[in-house]
Amino acid sequence: MNSNIVLAVFVSAIAFGTPLVLAGLGELLAERSGVLNLGVEGMMLMGAVSAFCVSQKMHGSTAVVLLLAVLASMVAGAAMALIHAFLSITIRVNQIVSGLAITIFAGLIGLSSYLGQVWNIGGVAGHHQFNGIDLFGLQNLPIVGPLIFNQDAFVYASWVLVIAVFYYLYRTRPGLYLRAVGENPSAADAMGINVTAYRYAHTLVGGALAGLGGAYFTLALAPIWTDGLTAGDGWIAIALVIFAFWRPDLLVLGAYLFGVFSALGPTLQTRGITVLPSEFYSALPFLMTVIALAAASTSWANRRVGTPASLGIPYTREEG
Amino acid sequence: MTGPLRVERRLDTPKWLKLAVPLVSILLAAIIVGILLAATGHNPFSTYHQMYSASVTADGALTATFVYATPMLFTGLCAAFAFRMRTWNIGGEGQLYMGAVGASATGLVLGDWPRPLLIIAMVLGGAFAGMLWATIPALLRAYLRTNEILTSLMLNYVAGFFMYYLIYDSSSYWRDLTTPGASVFPTGKTLVANAAWPGITIGTFTLPMGFILGVGLAVGLLVLIRSTRYGFEMRVMGDSPQAANYSGIRTKRKIVSVMAISGGIAGIAGSSQIGDFGHVLDPRGLEQAQYGYTGIVVAALALYNPLAVVLVSLLIGGLTNAGFALEGPSFPTGLVGTMEGIILFTVLGGEILARYRIGLRHRAVAPAAVGTGASS
Repeated sequence: MNSNIVLAVFVSAIAFGTPLVLAGLGELLAERSGVLNLGVEGMMLMGAVSAFCVSQKMHGSTAVVLLLAVLASMVAGAAMALIHAFLSITIRVNQIVSGLAITIFAGLIGLSSYLGQVWNIGGVAGHHQFNGIDLFGLQNLPIVGPLIFNQDAFVYASWVLVIAVFYYLYRTRPGLYLRAVGENPSAADAMGINVTAYRYAHTLVGGALAGLGGAYFTLALAPIWTDGLTAGDGWIAIALVIFAFWRPDLLVLGAYLFGVFSALGPTLQTRGITVLPSEFYSALPFLMTVIALAAASTSWANRRVGTPASLGIPYTREEG
Repeated sequence: MTGPLRVERRLDTPKWLKLAVPLVSILLAAIIVGILLAATGHNPFSTYHQMYSASVTADGALTATFVYATPMLFTGLCAAFAFRMRTWNIGGEGQLYMGAVGASATGLVLGDWPRPLLIIAMVLGGAFAGMLWATIPALLRAYLRTNEILTSLMLNYVAGFFMYYLIYDSSSYWRDLTTPGASVFPTGKTLVANAAWPGITIGTFTLPMGFILGVGLAVGLLVLIRSTRYGFEMRVMGDSPQAANYSGIRTKRKIVSVMAISGGIAGIAGSSQIGDFGHVLDPRGLEQAQYGYTGIVVAALALYNPLAVVLVSLLIGGLTNAGFALEGPSFPTGLVGTMEGIILFTVLGGEILARYRIGLRHRAVAPAAVGTGASS
């Protein structure tokens, strides 16, 4: 019984952690290029609402509709990121303010809510959903079956993405250039790397991944759209990047750890275990984020920290 | 290779530009929103007319606009004050909640005090609670260099859940357990009539006491920033933290005190919600209003100038008022945030335009472009 609860928590931790993995990877790439994107929450919501609209309004086979829904979420996220990129890279608006503006523009009482109402998709369940796949026919194995071999395509895609981003960052030339742009843009520029292009590209990819993370809510977690349904996950994703020290491998661990914090309340509640008030469990991921951020900024951690040196600073070439 | 646009800092901004840019920015935002409205099947002209009527000319519209503007004035000042020093207190939302918790506790405990003292106590109770809540991210920022944007924001959610716990999930002091049906429809205890803040009523228009307090606070903050040593040090820290360090400013204490003051101001927004308007702690209402986050919009649009915050809070208050008054199929709530966002984009972009000269990059700026391929 007890091990069942533990397993149930871990299984739903993967579900709750997946949007964090996706949005976190996106933020990681943007920050590695030196662009701080505080618009993640808004981008996730835009992804969620766009994906849900497609899954509800399109007719066709589930695979095609879901593919289009996923694409729609990425386009929506990237479109928001394009605004952020233009404001913060090209005309050098303060990145913090620009990112907050994106979240207000697209967020809870913004465009995502407006579109949800215009498209009239609230309150009706979606028609197409990602479901668990019985990978290699191993889903009935004890423990690892439900954890690893019975996830949906989204989760497997996120695992592939983590490996891809890791490989890209540390084993490819563009990845090396990306890190150079984030650490020392003028040196990178002198090497002939197009700083602006790198920053734009990674901010856009970051936005697309945030949109994808949002799509996970409406395409896999629950087939329903409500205003502001990401409920702060975008912000936790940004925090994750910091205490994962800008590394994709640590990021995925952190995301599932926070998945556990999010999964704890609902899992215990459905089993009728109410030791602490439900508000405590709801607040837990946010409290733990504060604690983790504080821990990551102690002097012990600071020695190994990997903050990109140019993070948040617009690049201006010193010209004649 | 910085793209086809060339951006140069202006040595000084002409006066006409300082005035023209915000006006043109807002006009541009109105045009963009108009296009969005037209694209989604609304007539922009009639929508704008309705909004104007709902926030200014209709019966009681102006009073309602001030009801929304009052909390935004405080949360706008909260953000503007901290942002001026580049200390990013995004926690106005949670500090407002805690302020409301503090002010309602004060109002409930001291209910038999004489009215003026009771009202002062409520203002201070809210300010103190908001201040304490802001001190958490402030201390972490000052002594561990923990990112205050994220910690202050996370604490908004924590404060929100705490407020829900007080009213919906516990037998706390704030919750009304006596009325019939209190266990089915949980509400907070209503404050005594003496705890209601007096407004100034002129005909059908009522000016809330909180708004007057906020204007006074804005003037005070302006003086503090412009003409005191404290404000000078703030500006130095905002413009160059290193210079501040070298010149012997106690930067850590400064961060804590600025964040605490900022949180205290947001706390008074909570006091005003209890004293001016609600007279009861209403978690759901406070959370749906999102006044704390809107304060960031107000501060950014006011370019962190406290006096400009007063004007902008009325503009955004009017917009929000119109949003709620017209709420329905033809005017979804999401439109308010969308409009705020678009105004922010154009004003932020416009402000840069005023400070920088933007031109097309010429192909012939040779030396810098050597070896960078197609730069234009």
